[in-house]
Amino acid sequence: MTPAEWQAILVSLKVAGVATLCTLPLAFALAFVLARRRFAGKAIVDALVNLPLVLPPVVTGYLLLIAFGRDGPLGQALASVGVSVLFRWTGAAIAAGVMALPLMVSPMRLALEAMDRRLEAAAATLGASRWRVFATITLPLVLPGIIAGTVLGFAKALGEFGATAIFVSAIPGETETLPLAINAFLQVPGREGAALRLALLSIGIAFGALVAAQWWQRRAVRHRA
Amino acid sequence: MSIDVAITVRRGDFVRDIAFAGDAPVTALVGPSGGGKTSALLAIAGLLRPLAGHIRVGGRTLFDAAAGIDVPAHRRDLGVMFQEARLFPHLSVRANLGYARRAGPAEVAAMAERLGIAALLDRWPRHLSGGETRRVALGRALLARPAALLLDEPLAHLDAERAKALLLLIAESARNLPLLYVTHEPDEAMALDAQLVAI
Repeated sequence: MTPAEWQAILVSLKVAGVATLCTLPLAFALAFVLARRRFAGKAIVDALVNLPLVLPPVVTGYLLLIAFGRDGPLGQALASVGVSVLFRWTGAAIAAGVMALPLMVSPMRLALEAMDRRLEAAAATLGASRWRVFATITLPLVLPGIIAGTVLGFAKALGEFGATAIFVSAIPGETETLPLAINAFLQVPGREGAALRLALLSIGIAFGALVAAQWWQRRAVRHRA
Repeated sequence: MSIDVAITVRRGDFVRDIAFAGDAPVTALVGPSGGGKTSALLAIAGLLRPLAGHIRVGGRTLFDAAAGIDVPAHRRDLGVMFQEARLFPHLSVRANLGYARRAGPAEVAAMAERLGIAALLDRWPRHLSGGETRRVALGRALLARPAALLLDEPLAHLDAERAKALLLLIAESARNLPLLYVTHEPDEAMALDAQLVAI
């Protein structure tokens, strides 16, 4: 593999890894609120979380560009502390995180809804505070859902193309992830070999992630009734 | 121990008034299924919030709608043995028994010995029989050293022999501990020498 290909792989892993880890707490909090709380506007929050699933990725990228642009509300807020995410790998991570969010929330929410809440009540009668119940009962019992969401989100973040291309463009070594690099190689005559190698690698990473997730999930559910 | 309950609870589409008082070491709530016994027990344990009324146990006010008092379940100091046992499926028998912070390893071992479940300590709940499951649930509740123990149909779905054995264990291991026993079988309550309260 050429240095250019390695560069795309490293950028991809960095962008997808950071995007997944930073989105994870937000995704779990959203899943928890959607699964457990009743509040006005819940349907709207639900729709907003899932919007990136159905919106053309180009539109999501464009909205990010408006929000984080020089005149955008988030762009100005970041500029005031001397940070810009435009054309940076951090911007690519934001785009990947937004696109991955609905895929992360969904399995976590399902796990929270499927969990037997009477076990939490039983723990409370044994003197466990709300936090202890959460840490020792809720979290371990929904762990398979958290793992599934994280792996799905990571795979989605690795494959994100449209929103990233619009939001931060494809700068080799900075924002050019695997799919953007494949696209770039396909535009150049004679580079089909590189495109094919990266395509196979994408398949390998995605497949490996899914197998790992299933293995972890099975491990986590082994002791459940 | 004195129990004074006068509450209105919602269960599904029904609103129901439940009121009773007792002052005996063992109080038994008896009555037909669906009569509100379990609702009363859950409300006393702090797991079902009444719409109105008050709950006092052993002179302590646990709930009083008018005064705005609602002690959270984990501070009520009441052990509960649920009808469905509710063992934690992801924890071993040992970890289930030792879940309460007050339960040290030595206490867990001693309790397991007393209840005849010492050989099961490293098993998982899903590998236990119905009778074993109940005994672990009883031990887990007792190891939290509660001020009183609430039992919701603890013998349900056990064959006669196992039910009798478990009832003996309950009577033995909960000696000196006030009990509130919910059942639709008055015979069980009689065996515990309980003060009967019909609901």
